[in-house]
Amino acid sequence: MNALISFAAAVPPIAGPSAVVAAVLLGTVFGFLLHRGGVACHAVIVNQFRFRDFTVLKIMLTAIVVGGIGVLVLNSAGLANYHIKAANLLGIVLGGGVFGIGMVVLGYCPGTAIAAAAGGSVHAVVGLVGALVGGVLYAFSFPWISAKILPVGALGKVRLPDVTGVPAWIWFAGLAVGAVLLFRLIERHERSSSS
Amino acid sequence: MNSPESNPCLLRRARWNPYAVGTGLGLLCWTVFYFVDKPLGVTTALTGLAGACAKPFTGGDVIAANAYFKQHVFKWDYGMLFLVGIALGGLLSALLARTWRVETVPEVWRERFGSSTARSLGAAFIGGVLIMFGARLADGCTSGNGISGSLQLAVGGWTFFITLFASGIVTCLVLFGRGRKEGGS
Repeated sequence: MNALISFAAAVPPIAGPSAVVAAVLLGTVFGFLLHRGGVACHAVIVNQFRFRDFTVLKIMLTAIVVGGIGVLVLNSAGLANYHIKAANLLGIVLGGGVFGIGMVVLGYCPGTAIAAAAGGSVHAVVGLVGALVGGVLYAFSFPWISAKILPVGALGKVRLPDVTGVPAWIWFAGLAVGAVLLFRLIERHERSSSS
Repeated sequence: MNSPESNPCLLRRARWNPYAVGTGLGLLCWTVFYFVDKPLGVTTALTGLAGACAKPFTGGDVIAANAYFKQHVFKWDYGMLFLVGIALGGLLSALLARTWRVETVPEVWRERFGSSTARSLGAAFIGGVLIMFGARLADGCTSGNGISGSLQLAVGGWTFFITLFASGIVTCLVLFGRGRKEGGS
């Protein structure tokens, strides 16, 4: 394990021209996976919220558990930093609420809209134009929002282990077991409703 | 001729197993955290692009003076190149699986709201405004908060994940009703 860590630490962070290639390449893998996963498809996104298609939940929960355990190990070994965003609870709850409405009305989220647009969806292209307008609207509302909304329930850059006292590895053990049980339930439900 | 759904060649198969895709995204997050030392995200870079695109309409001074666009200046940095990559990845996947096709009125939308292109694209525009406004208000979207935030056990990430799902479910109940199953009465 120590040999592995010192080997990994010897690989330098990517910088310069190779960083450009790396950024595009990582994005390509992301877009490819979103598209192949089916989440760059309007029906798959909308039907998740109608409990007719569980692809979004399956992909997101698996990514969270697999990604989270890896990042936890990397962080414990001193090989990766956390990048926690501030938990401004009122802003996040309002933002999540608005986002959920938009995700159903458009049928995509920002990342999947880009992959879908590249896959031929005019619907997603128009959605992305709307997103740019939404970004401008937010920027012009920002002075008011940052004064009135963001400070409400602002907990800072906190993680679940900080606020609960339960260590991260227990969280992931629980999440992993919970995800597997949920997936089994979903698979059973899918088999019974397809037969 | 093999259909895109059942093609034995993995690169040509239209849909991959969702657990495999989720695992792939998880591994991608390890790579990004280790090599790039940045979280995964979409709308932060999109904000810079929004400012750049708004300049011809509002004038450069207005954008330059805006407090939020001062924090999000458009540049060809990692985040922006990542977005270019997402488009390339989507295109590559669609071309390899031969599923590239023009979609103007999505099927689920047509079943419920009819085949009017103007109405469907109008909704797409409004939906786009909402996802971006919401994502900026929450400081992250499905990727930045939902996946990248949640996998770090960020309180904000999980709060976003849960409210987004609750809001999506309620929105579907309002727009589509209780939704009788196909074939049911």
